Amino acid sequence: MIEGIFVDGLVFSIMVIGILISYRILNFADLTCDGSVATGAAIATMAIVNGFPITAALLFAFLGGVGAGMVTAAIHNKLKIPGLLAGILTMTMLYSINLRILGNKANVPLLRVSTLYTKLPLFFGFMAPEWASLVGTLLVVLFVKIIVDVFFRTDLGVSMGAMGGNEQMVISQGINPEVLKLMGIGLSNGLIALSGGLLAQYQGFADANLGQGMVVQGLAAIMVGEFLFSSNRISLLTLRAILGAIIYKALMFFGRKYGYLVNITPNDFKLLTGILVIASLFIAQTRSAASSAGAKRKAIARSEGRRTAKEEVPHA
Amino acid sequence: MLELTSVTKVFYPGTVNEKLAIDGVNLHVNKGDVVCIVGSNGSGKSTLFNLISGTYPVTAGKMVFDGADITSKPEYRRAMTIGRIFQDPTKGTAANMSIEDNMITAETKGMKGLRISLNNEKRQQYRRLLSLIGLEDRLKDNVGLLSGGQRQALTLLMMVMSRPKMVLLDEHTAALDPRNAQTVMDLTERFIAEYQLTAMMVTHNMQFAIDFGNRLIMMDEGSIIFDVSGEEKSKLTVEALVRLFKDLRNKTYANDAGLLTKA
Repeated sequence: MIEGIFVDGLVFSIMVIGILISYRILNFADLTCDGSVATGAAIATMAIVNGFPITAALLFAFLGGVGAGMVTAAIHNKLKIPGLLAGILTMTMLYSINLRILGNKANVPLLRVSTLYTKLPLFFGFMAPEWASLVGTLLVVLFVKIIVDVFFRTDLGVSMGAMGGNEQMVISQGINPEVLKLMGIGLSNGLIALSGGLLAQYQGFADANLGQGMVVQGLAAIMVGEFLFSSNRISLLTLRAILGAIIYKALMFFGRKYGYLVNITPNDFKLLTGILVIASLFIAQTRSAASSAGAKRKAIARSEGRRTAKEEVPHA
Repeated sequence: MLELTSVTKVFYPGTVNEKLAIDGVNLHVNKGDVVCIVGSNGSGKSTLFNLISGTYPVTAGKMVFDGADITSKPEYRRAMTIGRIFQDPTKGTAANMSIEDNMITAETKGMKGLRISLNNEKRQQYRRLLSLIGLEDRLKDNVGLLSGGQRQALTLLMMVMSRPKMVLLDEHTAALDPRNAQTVMDLTERFIAEYQLTAMMVTHNMQFAIDFGNRLIMMDEGSIIFDVSGEEKSKLTVEALVRLFKDLRNKTYANDAGLLTKA
């Protein structure tokens, strides 16, 4: 049971890292996610059903997501419309495309085929199947995390971070921000689709409606993570996203398990997730106001301290 | 080095808000020139900079820089050889990143690769550069923690690191307090001399424009109304400049009236 929460959280965390890249690093409010996570699930499922190896299926899912993200970035770049609208357009179009990928079915099961989660217990035969799934997923997540961490420390990754902070600065350095967005949003959605590909295998089916509300859940996870500790280093940002994803999934798990006691059903989860995001934003705002008030108090205390120190000099 | 031929910019053409911001400007800037541009608010100084750096496209005219036609080159391509500093100190640096990350982005112009260039050798080098502006111990600090003056000084340092062929300084000390403005200005002077930069600088301070550089341009209503260099410039005084401005402005007004009656 507890392993289940962790596996669920870890699969979800790859998507959260993707959302972290678009929302926090590139400062691009991207809603493509709701579509690309289902695209990833659909591509991986169909690839596996059609006999491709699991790694190839996941690679196809990743590339499908990259393509979806690049479409969003291209719409935003070329038509000069806000990223938000570009994302909504791609997400809506992806719904039809996902149904096509799934062969015009809303739901395709992964029955009687070997998936990552049927193979992992065989591979790690010496441990319980649930733990084997957990270890396998953890390895995938660590692999993704390390690649993302290294990427955002390269010159290219650093310039993407700079664009998120100040687009004009990147232009002044002779870099075309449109190309950075194409790559960055592509990478973000690639990871989101990869997460979708894992999710389909974990739950045993791909669903065209899988992506509904995923962006908000991902944002909730990021914000929960941000309460843990504050940092600017990419390795800690991704760690925070992973921990936030697991905590979010745990919260949802306990909501499902004990929610009936306060008359909460899974139907209420979208509402609750939204309230969680709003509450996080509110708390973050209050905290930053409090810390700037604290800094002000300290600055005043410091200048007063200096004044008293000066006054004391003649006596000494 | 820079050659502008009948450069014209009209904002909102064909609407009631149509405004002629730059009116057929011809300008030739030689290599090594340090040009100060003065003019009242709305005279087109900043628009001229926006046209040269490519923020806006020109309505008509031609711009040649360093032998190449740049009239329709996008802004990021022009930025490869033309550096620019804005009045707003937050525009030149990314606040969400550390000083060293900002510097590594500025070190080479153009699209970056997948190399990790930031190493201890680079940090040592940056520390030496930063000691010019007293920030040598703050390599890992976020740029957002710096004061406006420190940020502008860092922007200046980052700009010269990439060795631009020409720099555009758009009232880059106007948003700073007098002491910081002086520091940034001293640094500007030092870099211009040290790297033999060709520079154009917008300023509101007439005395400063007279003292600094080898050429002075006065703009009004989108035209260059006065262009003086060398010895003639060094003889200028603020009073003379103000008087000249008044005379010239009256004359241009008269000309405009003449044109209107003719039409």
